[in-house]
Amino acid sequence: MQGTVDSQATAIAVDHAHEHPDFRVLGLLVFLISESLMFGGLFAAYLLLRGMHEQWPPEGTEVELLVPTINTIILISSSFVIHYGDVAIKKDDVRGMRKWYWITAAMGAVFLSGQVYEYLTLGYGLRTNVFANCFYVMTGFHGLHVFVGILLILGVIWRSRRPGHYNAHKHTGVAMAEIYWHFVDVIWIILFTLLYILTRF
Amino acid sequence: MAQAQLPLDTPLSLPEHPKAWKWYDYFTFNVDHKVIGIQYLVTAFIFYLIGGLMAVAMRTELATANSDFLDPNLYNAFLTNHGTIMIFLWVVPAAIGGFGNYLVPLMVGARDMAFPRLNALAFWLNPPAGALLLASFLFGGAQAGWTSYPPLSTITATTAQSMWILAIVLAGTSSIMGSVNFIVTIWKMKVPSMRWDQLPLFCWAMLATSLLALVSTPVLAVGLILLLFDINFGTSFYKPDAGGNVVIYQHLFWFYSHPAVYLMILPIFGIMSEVIPVHARKPIFGYQAIAYSSLAICCVGLFVWVHHMFTSGTPPWMRMFFTISTLIVAVPTGVKIFSWVATLWGGKIRLNSAMLFAIGLLSMFVLGGLSGVTLGTAPVDIHVHDTYYVVAHFHYVLFGGSVFGLYAGIYHWFPKMTGRLLDERLGILHFILTLIGTNLTFLPMHELGLKGMPRRVAMYDPQFESINLICTIGAFVLAFSIIPFLINIIWSWNKGKIAGDNPWGGLSLEWTTSSPPLIENWKVLPVVTKGPYDYGIEQRKGSTDEDDDEKE
Amino acid sequence: MEQIPASIWTLTAGVVVTLISFWVGHHHGLLPEQASEQAPLVDNFFDIMLTIGTALFLVVQGAIILFVIRYRRRAGEEGDGLPVEGNLPLEAFWTAIPALIVIFLGIYSVDIFQRMGGLNPGDHAMHSMHTPKPAMAVVAEAPSKTTSDATALLAAAPTPEIGIGASPDVQGKAPDVVVDVTGMQYAWIFTYPDSGIVSGELHIPVGKDVQLNLSARDVIHSFWVPQFRLKQDAIPGVPTELRFKATKVGTYPVVCAELCGGYHGAMRTQVIVHTPEDFEAWRSQNQAIATAPVIPSLSDRHVEEMGVTPQLVAQVEAMTHHHSPAKL
Ligand code: HEA
Ligand code: HEA
Ligand code: CUA
Ligand SMILES: [Cu+2]
Repeated sequence: MQGTVDSQATAIAVDHAHEHPDFRVLGLLVFLISESLMFGGLFAAYLLLRGMHEQWPPEGTEVELLVPTINTIILISSSFVIHYGDVAIKKDDVRGMRKWYWITAAMGAVFLSGQVYEYLTLGYGLRTNVFANCFYVMTGFHGLHVFVGILLILGVIWRSRRPGHYNAHKHTGVAMAEIYWHFVDVIWIILFTLLYILTRF
Repeated sequence: MAQAQLPLDTPLSLPEHPKAWKWYDYFTFNVDHKVIGIQYLVTAFIFYLIGGLMAVAMRTELATANSDFLDPNLYNAFLTNHGTIMIFLWVVPAAIGGFGNYLVPLMVGARDMAFPRLNALAFWLNPPAGALLLASFLFGGAQAGWTSYPPLSTITATTAQSMWILAIVLAGTSSIMGSVNFIVTIWKMKVPSMRWDQLPLFCWAMLATSLLALVSTPVLAVGLILLLFDINFGTSFYKPDAGGNVVIYQHLFWFYSHPAVYLMILPIFGIMSEVIPVHARKPIFGYQAIAYSSLAICCVGLFVWVHHMFTSGTPPWMRMFFTISTLIVAVPTGVKIFSWVATLWGGKIRLNSAMLFAIGLLSMFVLGGLSGVTLGTAPVDIHVHDTYYVVAHFHYVLFGGSVFGLYAGIYHWFPKMTGRLLDERLGILHFILTLIGTNLTFLPMHELGLKGMPRRVAMYDPQFESINLICTIGAFVLAFSIIPFLINIIWSWNKGKIAGDNPWGGLSLEWTTSSPPLIENWKVLPVVTKGPYDYGIEQRKGSTDEDDDEKE
Repeated sequence: MEQIPASIWTLTAGVVVTLISFWVGHHHGLLPEQASEQAPLVDNFFDIMLTIGTALFLVVQGAIILFVIRYRRRAGEEGDGLPVEGNLPLEAFWTAIPALIVIFLGIYSVDIFQRMGGLNPGDHAMHSMHTPKPAMAVVAEAPSKTTSDATALLAAAPTPEIGIGASPDVQGKAPDVVVDVTGMQYAWIFTYPDSGIVSGELHIPVGKDVQLNLSARDVIHSFWVPQFRLKQDAIPGVPTELRFKATKVGTYPVVCAELCGGYHGAMRTQVIVHTPEDFEAWRSQNQAIATAPVIPSLSDRHVEEMGVTPQLVAQVEAMTHHHSPAKL
């Protein structure tokens, strides 16, 4: 048959190895595009609702700034902390990596506790008004992402107990947790600007 | 970052050659992309039958002007679930999940998708999504249309509506996972010997589709999650009496759902670009134009969504801006259509079932596309929006386009998937019945809409009765047309003529492996020595006797 | 000798396609009768698109059929077709022509839309004079809590800025007749703010500039009169409008075009276009009764109990089709 690729005939010897390169980091980055559009949709809905109201946030549902600001500082610093972990594993320093990841997870936990504290002391709930709806859904959704990020970090720590699981050349999981954590951080900065700074000033 | 070597997840529990598999091996958790592809196709087809049965029930109801066969609320539940199932559980999973998974690794010369386990997970989100939709009938079924606009969706059959939302979110998650997989696979895993301009057009189409799904699906998820909160948790995002706004939902919904219509047609366009050259025995006409036009459709397609909202709460500038952006989509689409027609010119066309469906698609889709253009202009859309004219439009593009394309794909790749040929006589019968049924059902709907019949009604003005009866008869022809197809599939799967590795003389890589292909596709990876559409080129070099072809 | 017939064929085909397309564009008979100022504009535009569409369809379809017949594989034929991979001028041609067509259609639709008044919603100096609206007062008495909140909101809502507004010849002028239109499951209520008339049918004078202010009480509805070629959603919380001139005396259906629940299909009534004298007669006849307008019982049912009974529908249908509530 004249229309066939004569591949088999001229094939170079490609090993029948059950292996292919690890594209997980790339996959994660592509996935994060999707995630950012998810937040993008939320932000767009929020801005549209905001544009439709004379007074935003409505009286009685103003945001509190002190705890969230501390929280923000903690979350942003944690991005630097986790980066030290990455630097450590690249130097084959698994213990160092574990240390920095523990600290990051702890900072994440503090952030979440701060948020819960904020929820409890704000004086209004999810249903109070549209602003409160947005506030709780957006911060809650972000909090969920922080939670997932903490789980990823703990997963890395768990796996790193096995000697040699991560080393200077093989640390995809470590990198993925770090990338995800940075992403969660960047989203928080936008969220903080939209929900707190721009409603107060 | 160093790229570590990962073991590929091979389903080692199964024999290497699929011929030794049992049928139920296809329905267990399996990470092989071909098995997953077939799982998608079979499940989606079952949902197609269910969605089709709902359509037949609706058409029966609509045979007469008054509501006598179905209760109006049940009618709305059927209508909603018909649309939802057809889109989210039939065309999208069959085209993207089914053909995409089966073909992309084979076409790029990869042993599997980039993330096989993620791939399997993505598939297994679909059956529960379908189950949720069907189970929602226990609570009355979602009744607010597949668009589920609030406030109607927040006050009607709310339990069923919530299940509907969860089902769509599941299907959407599956679609995002699939997109990540396709993008990485096509981008990174084609055999090194394949140049980018030798990448089969189906893969270009899948790349465009995946990018589109990746950016639009999450926005739908947001819209639906806010709706879920409004229904169940007392928020008021879409409640006007509490400061919310219903039009925001429509923007979020259509920001996804317009691109979704391209999710349903771009892979089909990819199938067209594969099927036509093989059976016309000609290189595809305008390879680059077709590849780029997919990307163009995908970019422009992100900025046309308001054409579904020309009579909604949209200001004049929006109506005008989106009129123009919508019209622009006709240009890249036309480029594809003309290129396929030109591919037929001077060919030696093999008129088998696959090709017949491809050619049928060409004419049906053009009709649907042209009515789409009339809808794209705000002045005309104001008259025909939410009428049967729209129903006619989208069934021409969805049934005459997507479903015809899926059939073409099934006839074309069935031999590869099963090692056996489908019966041609049954195939041609299936095609003729489908073609007649499509036009009988959907052509008269144009007139219904223009003359004044709104869509989504269980009872209508008796003046439209005779035309509706024609549509209903057409729907029965369509239902009937499934029978030869089902017989063909089931019979040929076991007893069909042995196909051989390359029954059509195709040049793309999937034809270089056995039928059905081994696990991991090739013993030795192929080396690409010529393009996927180089039909007739060697023959040309060897002789000059085509010249009398032109004079004929 | 081979060349000449080919070009003659092409020419003939071109002429035939053109003729057929023009014929189809003018004689399709697919549109209902024209009864508003906007209708001829829309129809004209539709006819043009149908002409272009028919031509494009015939060309593509003709090419497909011709090629399939001419280049089909005959029995026993072997080998491949001509290896033509592209043709730049041809591809440029079939990109440019559709591009020109859609640019033309785009510009043309802006023009039509402008002449329909689509670019001027909100242009009605008169509107603010009609507050407080009697319609709202009546409707606000509805027992349902959510609805009265909604209507309170609506009453305070700004003038509509969405929909079809003043066409160029009446721009800046106040409309002759203003009607407040309220959509609810499953009926339309028409209120005439200056006379207090409340009706289940829309009565308007022919040739007069009419403005409908649309609102919805429960879910989205869509006000459509096919013979006017006009449609606009009535959206809870978002005021919208339709402004037009009816051009033909007669009775036309008012159809709800947006899915609004089980009996969406039964949500129909009529618009009666009167001669100006008849309209005045209708108005003075009904004004007397309008002092104590009765909103039928259907206003207090919907939001709470969505389980609509067939009896209700019969009731609604009877009401909307046979009696105007103002006359009850
Ligand atoms: C496969 C799915 C699919 C596809 C491909 C399309 C393609 C198009 N659709 Fe369609 N559409 C739907 C599925 C699809 N649609 C669905 C499901 C709905 C209804 C949703 C709902 O409300 O439930 C809908 C509704 C819909 C509307 C809203 C109508 C309304 O509710 O009032 C509009 C309006 O602009 C529209 C326009 C278009 C256009 C311009 C195209 C274009 O992409 C078409 C382009 C193709 C061609 C034009 C033909 C070939 C080209 C040539 C031969 C070149 C020359 C042509 C010209 C110069 C004109 N569609
Ligand atoms: C890919 C998408 C797709 C497909 C394929 C179809 C296929 C069909 N559709 Fe539909 N349709 C939609 C997508 C699709 N539709 C959407 C999105 C809507 C809008 C919903 C909304 O408004 O919200 C819609 C709405 C819609 C309406 C409008 C209802 C209304 O507005 O009130 C109608 C009316 O006629 C209709 C009819 C049909 C018919 C007759 C078919 C036929 O082609 C179906 C043919 C049926 C079969 C081929 C299956 C028959 C099977 C058997 C008989 C089983 C045999 C069984 C065994 C052997 C076990 N569809
Ligand atoms: Cu009101 Cu449909
Ligand atoms: Cu669209």
